[in-house]
Amino acid sequence: MKSLEELRAIREKMQGQVSMRAEDHTHTRVVVGMATCGIASGARPVLNTLSRLVQEKGLTDHVAVTQTGCIGLCQYEPIVEVMEPGKPKVTYIKMNPDKAAEIVERHLIGGHVVENYTLSSADIN
Amino acid sequence: MPEISLNILDVAENSTRAGASLITICISADCKADRLSVVIKDNGCGMTPEQVAHVTDPFFTTRTTRKVGLGVPFFKYAAESTGGSFSIESQPGKGTVVTAVFVLSHIDRMPLGDITSTIHTLILCHPDLDFLYTYQYDEKSFTLDTREFRTILGDIPLNTPEISSYIWDYLTENKLDTDGGANL
Repeated sequence: MKSLEELRAIREKMQGQVSMRAEDHTHTRVVVGMATCGIASGARPVLNTLSRLVQEKGLTDHVAVTQTGCIGLCQYEPIVEVMEPGKPKVTYIKMNPDKAAEIVERHLIGGHVVENYTLSSADIN
Repeated sequence: MPEISLNILDVAENSTRAGASLITICISADCKADRLSVVIKDNGCGMTPEQVAHVTDPFFTTRTTRKVGLGVPFFKYAAESTGGSFSIESQPGKGTVVTAVFVLSHIDRMPLGDITSTIHTLILCHPDLDFLYTYQYDEKSFTLDTREFRTILGDIPLNTPEISSYIWDYLTENKLDTDGGANL
């Protein structure tokens, strides 16, 4: 069994570390739709991939991964919205963990919108 | 929904939206009795008797954005189709308890699935809410209480990377010690 002793040890280690969290208005927000529609179409592994990679790549000082309810476009779930300060919101549709990883790499790190996966590139007829 | 754990995530999200400050999730598998029970309890705003009566109706929802609410009906159907049972008790101002009982060996019982991901996601996405999670497998069990974590951590938020990975390991290792890797 994993004990709470380890948690105490982590706390000891973290004490004294100055929190480097950026102000909210400089944060990029990555929002995953997590209502029934999103969850049923696979939003949980997408959200997990995004938060794991954002931590692993050390982006937590300026990227926050959060969730929301139904965005109202259930047929396009899982949906991920990326909101960068001062830029228009980008809506990615029909996500999966692999596409999510690509968005971390190319959009959040590289700074380029991955056009292929956006709602605006979808053929809506 | 292909997994019970996804239903749990969905229904527990309702609790977060009901303004709960503490959400209790208890999963217990009893192989001898052939039952898997899931209880999700919150101290949120609760529902009136009329709302409780209608909540398992897919065409009832309190949202104004659209006319369907499928989460609870899905969960109810998943439990009842195994010969199990489903109930909701709620009191306005007190909170809600959702109980789903599955017959473990029934051919139509969907797998429990990745419950560790569900609990981790809930805690990480709602770092200001408290969760009390109990996982029981026959005689063995373990508990995760974010209030205990918070007492130790002080003002360090639960969604800091170091703490997040500790919570993940805590859930994974303790589940393995409890059920010995049983594939529910």
